[in-house]
Amino acid sequence: MEIQKILQGDIQAAATLIREIEDEAPAAVEAMKELYPFTGKAYVVGVTGAPGAGKSTLIDTLIAAFQAREMKVSVIAIDPTSPFTGGAILGDRVRMYRHGGDVFIRSMATRGWSGGLSKATLSTIHVMDAMGKDIILVETVGSGQMDIDITRIADTTLLVLTPGLGDEIQMLKAGIMEAADIFVVNKADERGAEVTRMELESMLAMRPCQPGQYQPVVVLTEAISGKGAEELAEAILRHRECLAASGELDRHRRESAREELFRAVENLVRLYCCGEIEQGSYLEELVEDVARRKISPHAAALEVVARFRGQDKAEPMKRNKAK
Amino acid sequence: MAKHGKIRALLAQFPLETHSRGLLTVAGMLRDSGMEVVLLGNALPEQIIDAAVQEYVDVVGISTYCGGELALCKELLRAAESRGTKNGTVFLLGGIFPPANIPKLKEMGFDGTFLSATREEIVSCIETAVAAKKKDA
Repeated sequence: MEIQKILQGDIQAAATLIREIEDEAPAAVEAMKELYPFTGKAYVVGVTGAPGAGKSTLIDTLIAAFQAREMKVSVIAIDPTSPFTGGAILGDRVRMYRHGGDVFIRSMATRGWSGGLSKATLSTIHVMDAMGKDIILVETVGSGQMDIDITRIADTTLLVLTPGLGDEIQMLKAGIMEAADIFVVNKADERGAEVTRMELESMLAMRPCQPGQYQPVVVLTEAISGKGAEELAEAILRHRECLAASGELDRHRRESAREELFRAVENLVRLYCCGEIEQGSYLEELVEDVARRKISPHAAALEVVARFRGQDKAEPMKRNKAK
Repeated sequence: MAKHGKIRALLAQFPLETHSRGLLTVAGMLRDSGMEVVLLGNALPEQIIDAAVQEYVDVVGISTYCGGELALCKELLRAAESRGTKNGTVFLLGGIFPPANIPKLKEMGFDGTFLSATREEIVSCIETAVAAKKKDA
């Protein structure tokens, strides 16, 4: 059985399932049902930052650092899908060549998702988790100030910055700057690295902090030479300890379960509502009416949902407890 | 290999290759044709097949300029055979190599060999070969 192979860590079986998940094959849903109870052990580290900041190269050095600690590592690297042709260049893997083999790296295209991840990312994390990986590194699309989806699914989020990207005003801005757990100043051999570090540290020093609460740190790295990778791996593991000790990890995992459930619901509702009516010309007529200003988009959406609910006079929102 | 969805291709070069312009040009062409292209760079035949398995690609494309392609391509297909992915994957070779080698490469199991080609030629070769392999699978 393929599931057994995946649980034993077989890359080929896992890669096959991940492809099925990406292509939304019905078999994948069944397989995930069986795999899911075996997940929840891996520690997920998100790596985000601007394009060209050095995320992939940094991950390459982190792989080695975790492997030296006898931890099993695997990587999901996401790059953008073209909104024009649907094609993609997945160019992260090309930077990850210095580790000693047998690391499972999967490149993915966003396929229309925004927020720096792809639709299949969460399920792919579960598959790698079920394989028995200790650490799963997730590299987001090169991102800007507000792509914080990764912070909801990752236990630790690294924000990779480089010197010279702006002054202390940029450091104060809302969004990803508030959400990162570890700030990495990569290309630390370039001019201005110390200034960037000081600006980050003074921004962090102004944050209110309860005793015992985790306080984000700044780590300087040179991914090309591997300098700072040890410190970075240590900082990640310290964050993990801190989260586990305070009970924050459980709370965070619960939040990401909520997030995943809601996304799945949204997805299904869209699929059912629109899938049903796409059979006929109903949806097209509705689009036409909206375009001609005969009906407002919101009213049209209500109509679609009402039709959907009409077909399936659902039970009241109560649920039988799982055994 | 694939049953549905987008075509995924892996593009790589053998270790001693230094020119990557050809590979990057083809990568852009495939992207513009709606494919997902995983770039691997320079790698040994076995490493290329390892990556192809991990990425579950439909196509493995090799760019070559500096010779020795017959021996390395043979090694590549042997690695694919041992992983059980030879029959389900489309193999392509492009670049500069003796035209006299083309029959040998075809016999070995290469589905496409390009000394020079247009985007349409490469894409239609891939689409036809991927469809044929899917039918076999």
